[in-house]
Amino acid sequence: MQFLQLLVSGIAQGCIYGLIALGFVLIYKATETVNFAQGDLMMLGGFLGLSGTVALGMPFWAAFAATLVIMMLFGMLLERVVLRPLLGQPAFTVVMLTIGIGYLARGLVTMIPGWGTETHTLPVPYKDEVIRFGGNGVDGGLVISMEHMAIVAVTAFLIVALYLFFRFTRLGIAMQATSQNQLAAFYMGIPVRRINMLIWGISAAVSACAGLLLAPITFVHANMGFIGLKAFPAAVIGGFGSIPGALVGGLVIGVIESLAGFYLPEGFKDIAAYIVVLVMLAVKPSGLFGGNLRKRV
Amino acid sequence: MRFIFKTEYQQDIRLFRHGGQVFWYSALAVALFLAPWLLPDYYVSQLVFIWIYSIVGLGLMLLAGYTGQVSIGHAAFLAMGAYTEAYLQQLGWPFALSLACSAIVAGATGVIVGLPALRVKGMYLAIATLAFGFIVEEAVTRAEGITGGNSGKSVGALDIFGIPIDSELRFYYVVLAILVLCILGVMNLLRSPTGRAFVAIRDSEISAQSMGINLARYKTIAFALSAALTGIAGALYAHKLRYLSPEQFTVLQSIELLIMVTIGGLGSIHGAVFGAAFWIAVQQFIVLAKDWLPPEIGQQTGLQPTIFGLCLVGFVLFEPLGLYGRWLKVRAYFQLFPFYRKGMFKRQKSYMKSERLK
Repeated sequence: MQFLQLLVSGIAQGCIYGLIALGFVLIYKATETVNFAQGDLMMLGGFLGLSGTVALGMPFWAAFAATLVIMMLFGMLLERVVLRPLLGQPAFTVVMLTIGIGYLARGLVTMIPGWGTETHTLPVPYKDEVIRFGGNGVDGGLVISMEHMAIVAVTAFLIVALYLFFRFTRLGIAMQATSQNQLAAFYMGIPVRRINMLIWGISAAVSACAGLLLAPITFVHANMGFIGLKAFPAAVIGGFGSIPGALVGGLVIGVIESLAGFYLPEGFKDIAAYIVVLVMLAVKPSGLFGGNLRKRV
Repeated sequence: MRFIFKTEYQQDIRLFRHGGQVFWYSALAVALFLAPWLLPDYYVSQLVFIWIYSIVGLGLMLLAGYTGQVSIGHAAFLAMGAYTEAYLQQLGWPFALSLACSAIVAGATGVIVGLPALRVKGMYLAIATLAFGFIVEEAVTRAEGITGGNSGKSVGALDIFGIPIDSELRFYYVVLAILVLCILGVMNLLRSPTGRAFVAIRDSEISAQSMGINLARYKTIAFALSAALTGIAGALYAHKLRYLSPEQFTVLQSIELLIMVTIGGLGSIHGAVFGAAFWIAVQQFIVLAKDWLPPEIGQQTGLQPTIFGLCLVGFVLFEPLGLYGRWLKVRAYFQLFPFYRKGMFKRQKSYMKSERLK
């Protein structure tokens, strides 16, 4: 039962990693750049949700939806204003740019009144509720908190929605085409740059979603974006560039972390993800779901 | 504008291109030699920080700027150097020996970190070094016998061949001398076949390989040398701060080092020094600015990351060659006066290059 309990909390945490990794992967697939500010986009999402529910007094799910929309617009704006001028520059340049954006976001957030450097609690309607399986209904058995349930449920919903979007809509198929071959897509009349802008928007919205789901567990603060650094291993394990891979990688990292925290000596919980990714890179650099890693000359 | 008429091949690899350079660098050397007597102690102390960060910058520049291998784990090498120095000094080793050991320990770690570089590249390598940085950070916290863990470790004063380096003035000269040696070493390296191989690997791995460069060997050398330089800087850093604790060597610090060299200007030795100077100067500037800014802005803890973030974004967008690139432009402007044209350094228009093979 202990093991199952750990597994459940690991899966919930893994969903968060998976969602952030999904944000990386969407952008990487479309534009071949790695967004180091993904975690900070998540942090912004958390703060926006906070403002929506606390400062404006909106109901939680309305604030949730509003945050996603605002973050989507923000992601698109980011692409249009800062990233598009660098189209065609070396990957390293773009990486440094996203690191800079992350820094800027982290610094600016602390200056906004009502956000600041303190940690905040995001009030959610499902707070402190638990669901019990087995046992006698009061103690014993498997206990799942609603926060964890919400994470898993929303992640599952989001994944299905994204799958349907990419599989069946015109726009989704155009995005797939763009990520497979930009030049060919362009020749087919797909507006590649506008598609990239939308991809940034979706990616920012997905991260914001992760931030809102994580907020009840870890609180909202300016440095919550550092969890984004843990989503890198998730993306690598899944094979950078595979959408189901990102989610599976996230789950693997989440579960391993949760188990390592309990069964291994203190200190291993924080680095378990990195040890796993080093092993993965040594054994199979292309990841579980990755394609080939060959490079064009 | 000076045109150098080359009459022999040796001129291509000379450390100083022409007499003007000799003159100006000599003037700089004299100025730096006199600086500690002319400046207040506080500024001397900040200069020492600049020199130490310049050595780190040199190491990172060798790897990221010249070999094209990105590392987001350089603070780990800094930690290796610092703790090795602190530990060996505690055992009573002489400075020359412990400094060499710091470099060797860090360099050996660099070889280990470089191993993934033989298989993966680009983004994957960055993540491998990031992972390594986290692991070292945790190891430093846990290895309490050597590092003192979270409670930290104090480092004794320096002593070179019986001469106690007890004042900021003496330490300044020690650090400056080591920096100059490191710069000369790196300049020498870069004009040797090894250095040329590094640059070739940066520009195109496949063409470098076609020219007969052993990628595995040179990448390992690059990692080892870069880590060793950072290790030397770490040893000096330990003596400068006199107190070490794990939170000085976090992954965030590694990212800041990378920002430092990017702002300085990737791919130039000047850039390493400029970046370090900029880094320290901006931090001091923020401290000064706190007094005369209105308190609503001045007392914000987020001021520093905001300014660094802005600088980084600004440089990447508008001055991709960093401070060194700006310096080149200013120099060209005055050398060519009044014939400087706006588009002379214009970034070449390029198209999205795919690295995928499909």
